[in-house]
Amino acid sequence: MSNILAQLLNALVIGSFYALVALGYSIVYGIIRLINFAHGDFYMIGSFIGYSLLMLFGKTFIGNGVFGIGLAMLLAMALTGGVGAAVERLAYRPLRGSPKIILLITALGMSLFLENATMVFKPWGASFRTYPVGLSRAGFDLAGVHVGYAPLSIFFLALGLMIGLNAFIEKSTVGKAMRATAFDREAAQLMGIGTDKMISMGFFLGSIMAGAGGFLAGIYYGQVSFLMGFIVGLKAFTASVMGGIGNLPGAMVGGMLLGLLEVFGTSTVGGQWKDVFAFGALILILVFKPTGLLGEKIARRM
Amino acid sequence: MKTLNRWLKPSQIKFVKPAALVLLLAMAFVMPLSVQSPYVMDVGLQILFYTTLALGLNVVVGYAGLLDLGYAAYFAVGAYTVGILTQKFHFSFWVAMPLGGALAMLLGSLIGFTVLRLRSDYLALVTLGFGEIIRITANNLDVTGGPSGIFGLQGPSILGFRLVQPIHFYYLMLVVLVLSTIAIARLGSSRIGRAWACLREDEDAAEAMGINTLGYRLLAYVTGTFWAGLTGAVFAVKMTAVSPMSFSFMQSITILLAVVMGGLGSVPGVILGGALVILLPEFLRAVADWRYLVFGLALMLLMVFRPTGLWPAPHSLKGEE
Repeated sequence: MSNILAQLLNALVIGSFYALVALGYSIVYGIIRLINFAHGDFYMIGSFIGYSLLMLFGKTFIGNGVFGIGLAMLLAMALTGGVGAAVERLAYRPLRGSPKIILLITALGMSLFLENATMVFKPWGASFRTYPVGLSRAGFDLAGVHVGYAPLSIFFLALGLMIGLNAFIEKSTVGKAMRATAFDREAAQLMGIGTDKMISMGFFLGSIMAGAGGFLAGIYYGQVSFLMGFIVGLKAFTASVMGGIGNLPGAMVGGMLLGLLEVFGTSTVGGQWKDVFAFGALILILVFKPTGLLGEKIARRM
Repeated sequence: MKTLNRWLKPSQIKFVKPAALVLLLAMAFVMPLSVQSPYVMDVGLQILFYTTLALGLNVVVGYAGLLDLGYAAYFAVGAYTVGILTQKFHFSFWVAMPLGGALAMLLGSLIGFTVLRLRSDYLALVTLGFGEIIRITANNLDVTGGPSGIFGLQGPSILGFRLVQPIHFYYLMLVVLVLSTIAIARLGSSRIGRAWACLREDEDAAEAMGINTLGYRLLAYVTGTFWAGLTGAVFAVKMTAVSPMSFSFMQSITILLAVVMGGLGSVPGVILGGALVILLPEFLRAVADWRYLVFGLALMLLMVFRPTGLWPAPHSLKGEE
């Protein structure tokens, strides 16, 4: 029983990383119908930017305390958002209106490029890097299980970000314009919406979430590597399909569900099959419920 | 063509292409006899393997426009089939090889049937995930030898003559490549190939013309897997070993790059692309770490500036927009 509780907490944290990345897939897919292969790499980039910032802060008066971590996280999110918007501008915008396969291949090339650029960049490099800050052991006991404050706050922070993003898209004017662009780009353009800006905005917001996920994952796992985005990207895509791609609450539910499935699945069949679980789930979902669990009927397109 | 017109009479021009082909084939045939370096031999063999794989993937990506990112999985299926059948069950290689191709096709039709009904872009990710599943499974099962794989495979024999030297496999692969080129080029210009082209350019129009879209997609996908399985089988006996390391995602990407670089749907282009993806990294040895960075950039730049590739297919509509 106590073991299950500990696993549950772990699953929720991992699930929230998947969910944060899945949101970006869904936003971008919703607006331009592109599966952005490079999206998992935004998570990795966010993680590395956070790593560099924390190293830098550790040497200055800002320090690696709560303030330093908070500032590093905000900056990492903003910079990753910038990377995402730049990727869209440089690689995807020139190809608007091209056949889908051309866009997919470009996205794949971008993913390779980002991963290997990180690898050859000396301060980041090809080997695992240890995150400058780790999880504190502080926490409380619940039913015989040690519940750390750190994992708990990672989970609630991620949840807050997701709810914030959803509220922004549902309530704000910009969010409304983005939804209009997703719904019918031409009509939105005729209504005076700068659709190119909205597409950039979609990439920006999606990458911010991925950057946040990467930063938190760096702290949670304690180490980062240039290939970390590949498998997470795939799993986050699985999560967004599970929830119904293009559907933001669906992406969150999908991410959490995948986290649970993976943690409890691997505890029964063994860790080496961990990734098989996620991909197996993806194939099964596509066979039996390709519209995702929340379906497209309930979900509005976004 | 314009420069050719200046030098040759129109009646002579039609001989240029066959002459070039014969010359190329003669060069490929003579190369191992004239060059004694094992390094050149190895690079030559690699080119043959990759061009054959690229030709197979070209059916899927180039002809039918389906993005398959797990192609190396079928290559693995062919290699492991031969590894397991010849070593554990003492099958002859010549029986195991077609079985490898057949098993790849069987698996391909299972996966294809599940995903090809869906949005085409899902295929890319599912094939990617499936490729990883195959690799992880091979890495963890006992029958596949786990992370160390299967080794000590015997070379196949033809009428009592045993193939062991790289040069033997070179000629075996050259035969496979020539047959594959003829088959795939003819497939492309056949009724089936035209149906694929139509499907690729406009799915709705294709359906309206009475083309069974799921059927033809499945046909393209499964045809591609056959070549991967076949090449994997030869690859296994050439290396005398099968290791899960050989079937990574990057393998699939390299084959895809060959197809994209040469020209989607263009048979001569894809052969050129297959040669280039092997030769370029050899020239870039000094900056080996940058290899995949260059690959990624190449993919993007090609898609933005020259989506039809270096040697475009004659009827590619994409470039004319």
